[in-house]
Amino acid sequence: MSVLVAFIAAVLVSTGTWLLLQRRLSRIIVGVGLLGHAANLLLVVSGGRRGRAPLVDLDGVEVYSDPLPQALALTAIVITFGITVLLLGIGFRAWQVDQDDVVEDELEDRYLARRLEVDPDIADEVEAERAQAAEEGRR
Amino acid sequence: MSGLVAVPIVAPLIAAALSILVSRWRNAQRAISIVTLGALAVIAVVLVLDLDDSGGIIVAQAGGWPAPLGISLVVDRLSGIMLVTSAAMLLGVLVYSIGHGGVERTQAAFHPVYLVLAAGVNASLVTGDLFNLFVSFEMMLVASYVLITMGGQRERIRSGMTYVVISLVASTFFVVVLALLYASTGTINMADLAGRIAQLPDGVQLMFALSLLAVFGIKAGLFPLFSWLPDSYPAAAAPVTAIFAGLLTKIGVYAIIRTQVLLFDPDVRPASLLLVVAALTMAVGVFGAIAQNDVKRILSFHIVSQIGYMIFGLALFTVAGVAAAIFYTFNNIILKTTLLMTSGLMERRGGSTRLLRSGGMIRTAPLVGLLFALPALSLAGLPPFGGFVAKFSVFDAGVGSREWAVVAVAVLVSLMTMYSMNKIWSGVFWGEPEQPSEHEPRDGGRLGGPVLMVASTAALVVMGLAVMIWARPLFEFTERAAIELLDRRVYIDAVLRPTP
Repeated sequence: MSVLVAFIAAVLVSTGTWLLLQRRLSRIIVGVGLLGHAANLLLVVSGGRRGRAPLVDLDGVEVYSDPLPQALALTAIVITFGITVLLLGIGFRAWQVDQDDVVEDELEDRYLARRLEVDPDIADEVEAERAQAAEEGRR
Repeated sequence: MSGLVAVPIVAPLIAAALSILVSRWRNAQRAISIVTLGALAVIAVVLVLDLDDSGGIIVAQAGGWPAPLGISLVVDRLSGIMLVTSAAMLLGVLVYSIGHGGVERTQAAFHPVYLVLAAGVNASLVTGDLFNLFVSFEMMLVASYVLITMGGQRERIRSGMTYVVISLVASTFFVVVLALLYASTGTINMADLAGRIAQLPDGVQLMFALSLLAVFGIKAGLFPLFSWLPDSYPAAAAPVTAIFAGLLTKIGVYAIIRTQVLLFDPDVRPASLLLVVAALTMAVGVFGAIAQNDVKRILSFHIVSQIGYMIFGLALFTVAGVAAAIFYTFNNIILKTTLLMTSGLMERRGGSTRLLRSGGMIRTAPLVGLLFALPALSLAGLPPFGGFVAKFSVFDAGVGSREWAVVAVAVLVSLMTMYSMNKIWSGVFWGEPEQPSEHEPRDGGRLGGPVLMVASTAALVVMGLAVMIWARPLFEFTERAAIELLDRRVYIDAVLRPTP
């Protein structure tokens, strides 16, 4: 059974990683969510084999399942949930500002790469680059 | 004394809740934050002064549960000195932000989130439990996600997003490492882990050492995991950049020191890898800084470069090396916070932090020039400043361990640090602006800026000078901290076998 769970975690990690490497913010957010699920799943498996009695006061039960990983997973799930909401908020704001959710290259880097001696943030030029990047993103 | 250990975590959280309740009255929020952070600074000092009486380590078990079961809170000399330094920085930057106006004035969320950041920083330093360290990091990072994007400007959202996503990847990886650690050892209490990891096969131990290094390396900005840092920090509001530059990466360094030294046996620690990483972090950071032409970006690349020195000290795993790393870390927290605070003053006075768009500030704001020059010279490692003591102790430890190549890199890098500080000086304070600034320059009066901003910056500059004056007692303190760290029994016994 642990093998199956580990396999599911592996699928989640690979899908999450692929989504994380996309250019669209919405996909990145889904990717982060999937990665978080994979990590939480691993936390649950780290408690050992399934099928043992939960930690309750039962007569005649000698072997309990380890409650700690479950508590840890619960904490991690809450944190993942909160962060996903925050990410969606930031993503929404990005869409409000740009009407687009493509993650852009840093302009400063591109200018440095071309070794422009002049001050890079000449407003028109930046604006033109940005518009072009957005255009490419839309296509 | 052990009752005081939980206060640095709990007090700012309660204060944050109160701060939300009074979010309509900014002055009430300010009073709450200042009183809380001021009290925290006092408590941190009390804890550190008490350390020598209580055998160098104070342990509290949350809820009274004995060690491997409950959550241990531990203050030893390393976390003590970090607590004092970060409390001072948090208070200084808070006063600075009140003077700055900006997000502090427009956003009701600033004060509560700032207090949560303080709680997260303190919790990361105090906790003796690896999962709790994850939760503390999350507390600190979530607060930082909100602070970095606060205001919601285009640039902040864009750069903030990079920061958030990279940090999240690191956090997820942290959870995976925790799951693996728990599956193989059955504990996440750091003192308990130290004994149990040693029973695992060597390869598995090394895997854990490297995974934890990667997790905290992203937070600390080690080469090659630093690329998010110089991109995201400069975009935030000036007080936010100052506190991030001072604290967040150094908390990552603290976690690296803590986990590598405490959890792993000397023969498993990836010492040679750390040496190479340290040299590359120093060199790549400073080359990045030289290529920039914006004050905030130059200073952000220097954050990376300086991290290399701390890791160099640690990588030697000798008393001299670890002591130098600790000294370097807290000294650098003060210097970096101060420098980014002065860059905020430059931005306000001159309307820009771009070198080409500013100039001549030595005439318009001579005091800002002085406040920049002192920590800048210290950062470059000129005697007699605290930065010289820190750099010299790292070099000395490196020579003591015969790591000539890395010492040579470190010396060259500090020369180049000097060069890029000169670049800022001649760009901002001398000459004339070659192009108009993007914002309207604001008249700062005789001081060069609002009283609160200049006063808080000056206070932290004085604190940096105090490190120089009391360098010897401070260095002896870090030496005791290093001895205690490397002899892991002190920590393990204090947590697992408390004397009644």
